[in-house]
Amino acid sequence: MVSLDGMKLTIALAQINTRLGDVEANLEKHLSIARQARQGGADLLVFPELSLTGYVLQDLASAVALRPTADDPVFRQLFEASQDLDLVVGFVDEDSRHRFYIASAYLSRGSVVHIHHKVYLPTYGLFDEGRFFAWGDAVRAFDTRFGRVGMLICEDFWHASPPYLLWLDGADLLLLASASPGRGLTAEPRLDSTRWVEQINQAYASLFTIFVAHANRAGYEDGLNFWGGSTVYDPNGELLAQGAYHQEALTLAELDLNQLHRTRARLPLLRDERTALVMREMSRILGSRDAGIR
Amino acid sequence: MSDLIINPDLARRILTGFLHSEISRFGFSRAVIALSGGLDSALSCYLTAEALGAQNVLAIRMPYKTSSQDSLDHAQLVIDALGVQSMTVPITEMVEPLFERFPDASPVRRGNVMARMRMIVLYDQSEAFHGLVVGTGNKTEILLGYSTLYGDSACALNPLGDLYKTQVRQLSRAIGIPEPILNKPPSADLWLGQTDEGELGFTYEEVDRLLFLLVDQRYSPQECVQAGFKEDFVRRVVERVRRNQFKRVLPPIAKLTNRTVGYDFLYLRDWGT
Repeated sequence: MVSLDGMKLTIALAQINTRLGDVEANLEKHLSIARQARQGGADLLVFPELSLTGYVLQDLASAVALRPTADDPVFRQLFEASQDLDLVVGFVDEDSRHRFYIASAYLSRGSVVHIHHKVYLPTYGLFDEGRFFAWGDAVRAFDTRFGRVGMLICEDFWHASPPYLLWLDGADLLLLASASPGRGLTAEPRLDSTRWVEQINQAYASLFTIFVAHANRAGYEDGLNFWGGSTVYDPNGELLAQGAYHQEALTLAELDLNQLHRTRARLPLLRDERTALVMREMSRILGSRDAGIR
Repeated sequence: MSDLIINPDLARRILTGFLHSEISRFGFSRAVIALSGGLDSALSCYLTAEALGAQNVLAIRMPYKTSSQDSLDHAQLVIDALGVQSMTVPITEMVEPLFERFPDASPVRRGNVMARMRMIVLYDQSEAFHGLVVGTGNKTEILLGYSTLYGDSACALNPLGDLYKTQVRQLSRAIGIPEPILNKPPSADLWLGQTDEGELGFTYEEVDRLLFLLVDQRYSPQECVQAGFKEDFVRRVVERVRRNQFKRVLPPIAKLTNRTVGYDFLYLRDWGT
């Protein structure tokens, strides 16, 4: 496992608007922002969920699907861009059996390092993802040139278990991508959806003593607004940087990876995590007569 | 939060962004609005002028001979305050021949004809001005079905449809809509002395609190009664919301093939933009 110690990482979060179903136009925007981020000194650029396609795809899902290989004309250009800085892009991944996944790809030095398929597809309220997409079936951390990283997509981190699993799998940096439709207008200056996402992301950073970076969409699709407000929290749960709400932004933050050392010297939550106890109790809970979630 | 109070700055930000995005992505830079002199259309006009620039908004006043002078004057207050383009197109001589043909037509029929005549004028000017029609219907009105189908509810996009009437009032006050418009009783002004609250039989304040529980907070009707609303009032409102569902959906298409518009041919309106 690569160690993060002693490094600084400049991360950039691209909270972009997209054209719905127009991969070519969205690709152009990705390439242009990648140049801009590189000029700003970024080492890693994270795009939101479904950044190459737009979010409410419905019947467009199969038409905009890609395969992240060197002979794909879209990914070929992204691979080239990833020679200069590492990229996380959101797209629809079509597997060899023609299942369509909401996916994020981590690209570095011209190749794919890791692909995450969204494991929780919200199909309730205004969401209908389960109707159009296949469910991902793995949550895995992976090694990058900056250390071990985990990626999740939107509803994945509304559940506590995927971030927990990535933490145990060695991730010291969570890269979260969303296309979060703004909802819940109250007297408060933030929407309910904004408040909720910021609370849980700050909580993950604090509970797991890790860096948590979140890139969220901006713009509109029909009546849905995407609220931007991308964030980076450090292992103390401190907010390092935040993009503006309700507009496009490119937000850069320098992560001092030695903060992991300092925070965990003070607060050894990772050292003390009782994984064997978790396994034992999980087995008991799931193995009991009325198996399942209580 | 379990009340109707909203943050007006946030609402304004989201709604002006919505108007700008959903008009410009279709290649338009302009909008037309039917300005009645009432609060809803005034707020729509303020938001649209902020989103597109006043010179890109055409506000149209369409009085009938019985329309109150106040309605015309209050619409003019909005036009003057914003500096939007404006036009007055009386509908009297357009609807009178139909009324003469059916002299016994009820006030509801006449009101519907007037609302639909205004829609025709509005959509004609939409084409002439190259602007999209911005709607003015609020959430209370939509849920209660208090509108004329293909009349005042017709629009290309609607910034107010997720705000209850009392929230429209709150946002309008914050945005600086002139006092005379804020303070007068809401009315469709289709016949003399008509007021929304008189016709509906309850106040917006009351019904918004009930709708907020029923719709937003997912209370059962029984829970609303337990929360202090009169049983008869709850029953009437629930029934009214149910009965008017047809106004909130496109007409059903009889499914015959494997792929049918509305059932399994599913795309957003923003498809490709």
